[in-house]
Amino acid sequence: MAWGDLRFMRHNFVSIMAMTLVSPVLYLIAFGYGMGQGVEMDGVPYIAFIIPGIVALSSLNASFSSTATRLNVQRLYYRSFDEMMICPLRTSSIVIGKAILGFIRGLISCLLIFLLGLLLTDKLIFSLPFIACLMLSCLTFALLGEMAALLAKTHQSMAVFNTFVILPMTFLCGTFFSVSILPDIFQKLLYLIPLTHASECIRAGALGWNFPLLSFIVMIMFCLLFYAINYYLVKTKKV
Amino acid sequence: MSDEDYIIIAENLVKRYDQKVALNGIDLKVKRGEIYGFLGPNGAGKTTAVRILSTLTDFDGGTVIINGHNLKKNIMKAKVSVGVIQQHISLDKDLTVMENMRHRALMHQIPKNKREERIAELIEYFSLDEYLDSKIDSLSGGWKKRVSIICAIIHSPEIIFLDEPTVGLDIKARRLLWELIRLLNKDGTTVFLTTHYIEEAQALCDRVGIIDNGKIIADGTPSDLSESLGKFTVVATDPDGKSVYKYFPDRASASEYGNSMTNGEILIRRTNLEDCFVELTGRTVKN
Repeated sequence: MAWGDLRFMRHNFVSIMAMTLVSPVLYLIAFGYGMGQGVEMDGVPYIAFIIPGIVALSSLNASFSSTATRLNVQRLYYRSFDEMMICPLRTSSIVIGKAILGFIRGLISCLLIFLLGLLLTDKLIFSLPFIACLMLSCLTFALLGEMAALLAKTHQSMAVFNTFVILPMTFLCGTFFSVSILPDIFQKLLYLIPLTHASECIRAGALGWNFPLLSFIVMIMFCLLFYAINYYLVKTKKV
Repeated sequence: MSDEDYIIIAENLVKRYDQKVALNGIDLKVKRGEIYGFLGPNGAGKTTAVRILSTLTDFDGGTVIINGHNLKKNIMKAKVSVGVIQQHISLDKDLTVMENMRHRALMHQIPKNKREERIAELIEYFSLDEYLDSKIDSLSGGWKKRVSIICAIIHSPEIIFLDEPTVGLDIKARRLLWELIRLLNKDGTTVFLTTHYIEEAQALCDRVGIIDNGKIIADGTPSDLSESLGKFTVVATDPDGKSVYKYFPDRASASEYGNSMTNGEILIRRTNLEDCFVELTGRTVKN
């Protein structure tokens, strides 16, 4: 199922990776170096605080956009998604298969950013919880991208989803600052969003902090929820 | 004939889109090995019917049995028997011709040893060598359609559905595609196609169903349908350009009627499917 998407990634590997890395590197320079010099957040230098946040953000952007854009094009422009629906494939194979491109692209770009981060600060550690959280995050946001593309009626509706869901998540969910500094009501709202939990888990894993098990469980729940919605949409052919 | 002789059986098939009824209780039987055509104007329900019969769209009522498998009970087995060529080119335009073929073979779970063998066989059969590494968008309309057909038959389906296969093709490409459809049929594949080209239905199909407003209003061989009105048609056009059609069982009675007309132009010709369609629906197939 994912073979075609992986061939597509192979054909365009350099440009895809370059595009994926532009935003995170700019964030790193602007917020990490430009504004974060001499600043501490949650007891660590801001550059060490922000790198896991940018990794979490990249897991959202890279996984979501690569899945959503390609599936949206396949559904509404190439119409090649219909061909997959005609083939004797299990619904679960279609749902997982369409998320694999986003999962792999997210994982590669996040690991590249993390490697860059290792050169910039000695506070980061490459640990099992970090990689587990990163993989879960990439899968969750790839499934979210799949959901957005399956629900989109037009190319325009994808842009609307990006503007009103993805962009606010980018800046508010504990990526650039600790959610704990916000008023209580905002904190409660932000904990309803998966990226907040992804940021907490990835940051804890990367900085060797106490592991936020509850956030990890919430992430799993979001992942299962997006999977279930996609499964329903494909199974009932509401796409 | 028993049900086993039919590869497609649809009974009282109903499909609604919100309040609009797209298919209004269609009954249909297609024999193994025949070329069956659905003839009707745009919006008649042809594409909806193909999407349902090819397992792509769900339906609201009725029963569909494809190659002995009820779609509501055993859709996976039905899918194995089916290949679909949609009206639009539905290939992955980011991939090459070869990659599209390989991807389709993978999705049909053709075992690895048979996969490469089948791909090689199709490449040779369709003389595809020089296009294998081409991206889809660099091909002409006719070749895109050919590649669509090749991808659709990669798993050797017993039925292929073609939705308006020659729309947008020039006459030469259209005739080449007709030849290809005949070749596939000669190999034993049942062909179900939709068209709004009378000459296509007449040239290709063993049997034709005329569909209008989501209902099949006539069904039979092209010659039976045409001749049901009368073998010969007299078209009498008055000086104002208004035409009247009359149908006769033989040329002699048609000529007799034509000779009795004193005003305007008279044309005597064989009755065709278009005449049948106009008589049944009160409009031409293209309108």
